[in-house]
Amino acid sequence: METDTIAAIATTVGEASIAVIRVSGPESIVMVDRLYQGKHSLQEVETHTVRYGHIIDPLSNHSIDEVLVTVMRAPRTFTREDVVEISCHGGMIPVQKVLEALLAEGMRLAEPGEFTKRAFMNGRIDLSQAEGVMDLIRSKTDRAAQVASQQADGRLSRLIQRLRQDILESLAHLAVNVDYPEYDAEQLTAERMLAKSREVEQAIQELLTTARQGKILREGIATVIIGRPNVGKSSLLNALAHENRAIVTDIPGTTRDVIEEFVNVRGIPLRLVDTAGIRETEDIVEKMGVERSHQALAKADLVLLLLNHSEELEEEDRKLIELARQHATIVVVNKTDLPPRLDMKKVRSFIDDLPLITTSVTEEQGLSELEQAIADRFLGGAIQSVDATYVTNTRHIHQLKEAQHHVRDAIEGIEQEMPLDMIEIDLKNAWVALGEIIGDAVAEDLIDQIFSQFCLGK
Amino acid sequence: MPVSGERYDVIVIGAGHAGCEAALASARMGCKTLLLTLSLDTIAYMPCNPSVGGPAKGHVVREVDALGGEMGKTIDKTHIQMRMLNTGKGPAVYALRAQADKVLYQQEMKKALEMEPHLTLHQNMVERLIVEDGVCKGVVTRTGASYYGTAVVLTTGTYLRGKIIIGDLSYESGPNNQQPAIQLAHHLLELGFQTVRFKTGTPPRVNKHTVDTDKMELQPGDAEPRAFSYETTEYITDQLPCWLTYTNEKTHEFIRDNLHRAPMYSGKIEGQGPRYCPSIEDKIVRFADKNRHQIFLEPEGRDTLEMYVQGLSTSLPEDIQQPLLRTIPGLEQAEMMRTGYAIEYDAIVPTQLWPSLETKMIEGLFTAGQINGTSGYEEAAAQGIMAGMNAGRKVQGKEAIILDRSQAYIGVLIDDLVTKGTNEPYRLLTSRAEYRLLLRHDNADLRLTEIGREVGLISDTRYDRFLAKREAVEKEIDRLRVTRVKPSSDVLTLLAELGSSPIDNAVELAQLIKRPEIRYEHILQMAAAEVPVTADVAEQVEIQLKYEGYIKKSLQQVEKMRRMENKRIPEGMDYTLVSGLSTEAKEKLSKVRPLSLGQASRISGVNPADISILLVYIEQGVKRRAGV
Repeated sequence: METDTIAAIATTVGEASIAVIRVSGPESIVMVDRLYQGKHSLQEVETHTVRYGHIIDPLSNHSIDEVLVTVMRAPRTFTREDVVEISCHGGMIPVQKVLEALLAEGMRLAEPGEFTKRAFMNGRIDLSQAEGVMDLIRSKTDRAAQVASQQADGRLSRLIQRLRQDILESLAHLAVNVDYPEYDAEQLTAERMLAKSREVEQAIQELLTTARQGKILREGIATVIIGRPNVGKSSLLNALAHENRAIVTDIPGTTRDVIEEFVNVRGIPLRLVDTAGIRETEDIVEKMGVERSHQALAKADLVLLLLNHSEELEEEDRKLIELARQHATIVVVNKTDLPPRLDMKKVRSFIDDLPLITTSVTEEQGLSELEQAIADRFLGGAIQSVDATYVTNTRHIHQLKEAQHHVRDAIEGIEQEMPLDMIEIDLKNAWVALGEIIGDAVAEDLIDQIFSQFCLGK
Repeated sequence: MPVSGERYDVIVIGAGHAGCEAALASARMGCKTLLLTLSLDTIAYMPCNPSVGGPAKGHVVREVDALGGEMGKTIDKTHIQMRMLNTGKGPAVYALRAQADKVLYQQEMKKALEMEPHLTLHQNMVERLIVEDGVCKGVVTRTGASYYGTAVVLTTGTYLRGKIIIGDLSYESGPNNQQPAIQLAHHLLELGFQTVRFKTGTPPRVNKHTVDTDKMELQPGDAEPRAFSYETTEYITDQLPCWLTYTNEKTHEFIRDNLHRAPMYSGKIEGQGPRYCPSIEDKIVRFADKNRHQIFLEPEGRDTLEMYVQGLSTSLPEDIQQPLLRTIPGLEQAEMMRTGYAIEYDAIVPTQLWPSLETKMIEGLFTAGQINGTSGYEEAAAQGIMAGMNAGRKVQGKEAIILDRSQAYIGVLIDDLVTKGTNEPYRLLTSRAEYRLLLRHDNADLRLTEIGREVGLISDTRYDRFLAKREAVEKEIDRLRVTRVKPSSDVLTLLAELGSSPIDNAVELAQLIKRPEIRYEHILQMAAAEVPVTADVAEQVEIQLKYEGYIKKSLQQVEKMRRMENKRIPEGMDYTLVSGLSTEAKEKLSKVRPLSLGQASRISGVNPADISILLVYIEQGVKRRAGV
């Protein structure tokens, strides 16, 4: 195991007012102190306090940046090691320079996910909490952050533990009957075990029901806006973005030359896909052809299909409707401020039961209805109470499904009048599957799988 | 008599249930073996209950037998009653239990030892081991004789610093007033072994003539012939019954009034007793809301009137025990022949052992039975045969035989002991086994005969019979898989009679037998076998097909376990160098020195985070060595 000290930029790289560098390891305080100039030596300051000062370039003796340094001594830190966080001014250059100076002092650049890995390895957090932290970092909206932080508090862990306890009690009861047949212990009846198993199955089902919502909160809803040229796609995009403080993530590179924008609609993160196409050409269908629209649509969780209220329905519109009907689509009839030429009856007959909203983006009409329709679509109407425990992680969902599968097998077995000690196999499997969520049972490849998902500096 | 200074391959100390199996195994492997016992009159003695088997324990007897041990054969010849327990449950937990004729059992076992060609029996008390440079070379007896051996197996039972406690009275003693082993106990401490003090107890015995069995429920043996051993062909049909009665409020009140005289509560007993086998005073205190407890009256043999009062284990003073007995229906006039007592003894902390049962500290020294912290004759026999086998393998320069948790209850037992240790006398329970559907008592031969054969404990005749059985099972399963029955009127009538739903098309027999209501005999009615199979083959065919789905699931679990089990931890691993491990984990791992990551994961105090760290560390080590 590494006993070295690691450092990385902990905030998103880009323009922001501050940027934070996180340092962890046995020598973090000593090493940062060698570069730090302030009122007190960092080695003398109290733990969990913030100090003002400068980071000095040891070669030139000039200040690189004006900083706030937070010193946190082990073990009450994220990694359970000594941790120093340096808040620099935003912008790439000062942060990079500070980091370089730290690395020159002998620190190592942290590998992706290494802080969390250390936290986990040092027993600071259990697996579900570790994954909760990852989700926390990734979360794009306030609500997603809330759900993730609940998970980090161990909320999911507690729920899982309760379910496991229920299963364990059944197993224990069964064991007594088997191991002490000559004694008159109360027999565990099939009915009782069936009832118990059904309860557990129900609870898992409830967790899984929230899982879809959880995934949405974490990853955002992949949203594609389609429509003929000049129907108002760009305006709609801008309207959504303006109202909802868009976060533009530019992901350069050769493989994914796609721009995504995140907008927050009533707590639901929409990930607007391929917005570059819309902005640049305003002519997505023509440019991409129906074939490529197909591909874009295939990955979409939500399609916003725009029709022009002031023009008649054209062949192309019909093709798009045809395409969109296979997806979760909201039909938006835009430009209601202009004289109506669109035959709404015809539209309705084409779109079947897809929801239809009329808007005038330029007049800011109907936007609130559109947002409501989106919220309805993904949160089942009512805004969910924030204290529901969401399962937001793909691995958790997988484990829950597996546990559910085993419990269902158990129920089926009992119904088929299998000996109860056979049913134990299924219940034990369910118990193990649930245990893997909270890291109580470590599947061999699990650790690797999780830590390979980590992002740099988190 | 063996001459002082004589050399043996294997020396076994103690001739209880562990010692007998160890000595027989080693001798049968061709090793020149010496068995030393305090008294030739207490060979294979049952100081407590007169019974062998039960859940998990019965499985173990079958396993010992499949490996070539003696316990099964002996009890088959000397029981007074046999019953299959748990028949209302699945086949994995069926459990055979026999009531033994204690005296006959001893005689029969002694005969087996005496008849064994490479085995020398001698009555003597061992006081010291000869240890040089951390290697055990032999033993020294009270009479001053020295015997040398390549391997020594220590099976001291409850004799090490044994102390009997009856109320206020306590005195140094082995079980049933045998002489205790005091010197050897001190010697083991001098050698540096960490020991614990355990306690167990036994109930009073009463004279059958003074028992009114009319007031009790009869507990007869099974009408169907039963046997533990796969070699047994002759069955005892003349069985004796046991009886069941209950304690009552009067009993409980009497105990509560005299609780201050119970050594458990007066602080007289320091040893840790087993939770699953509590004394009657313990039961009254701990389960205060139960208004009655079961009491079984079990004959101690055919030619004695002594009866064992199961469920009434106690260390209350003698003058309390008699009136206590008389509060129980049927025992109003009971005459107590032996007084119940508690016994304290030294056991070594079993995490000081390798899974081969060789001690980590002294090479060539093996321990088995109650000295390792277990309780029960069967648990002792199981460790005995393994220790004897591995002592023999050591002499032969062969690798130790280690059974894993999916192979045998014996594997579960030993792995638990050497990995987790135990803080009370350890009893095997079916719930300790993760894969108990695979560890059935009916398939112990299929699981273990090959190993017994490889070691040299299974005769040609027996092995040939085993192979024939295995083949017959496979053939019959194949037949049931390929044979289909059509919905003929005969078949439909039979199905209707059995309350089974009718079939529309031709169906494989292997599918039909999966229905809970359809047994193998019904399958034969639909399509008879060309060559009729024996009952034990039929049993295998039925179980293997009927529960195929569950067996597959169990096998998948085993697969998972094996992946961790196959990750070996390098020998001489220095856990203090692994940063990130909790202090507790470092300590425990350094002590237990697990052979695999799987074993490490079962050590209490070593949590999954520690295992992940260890996994990463070992993987890195592998990569480092490979120069990646």
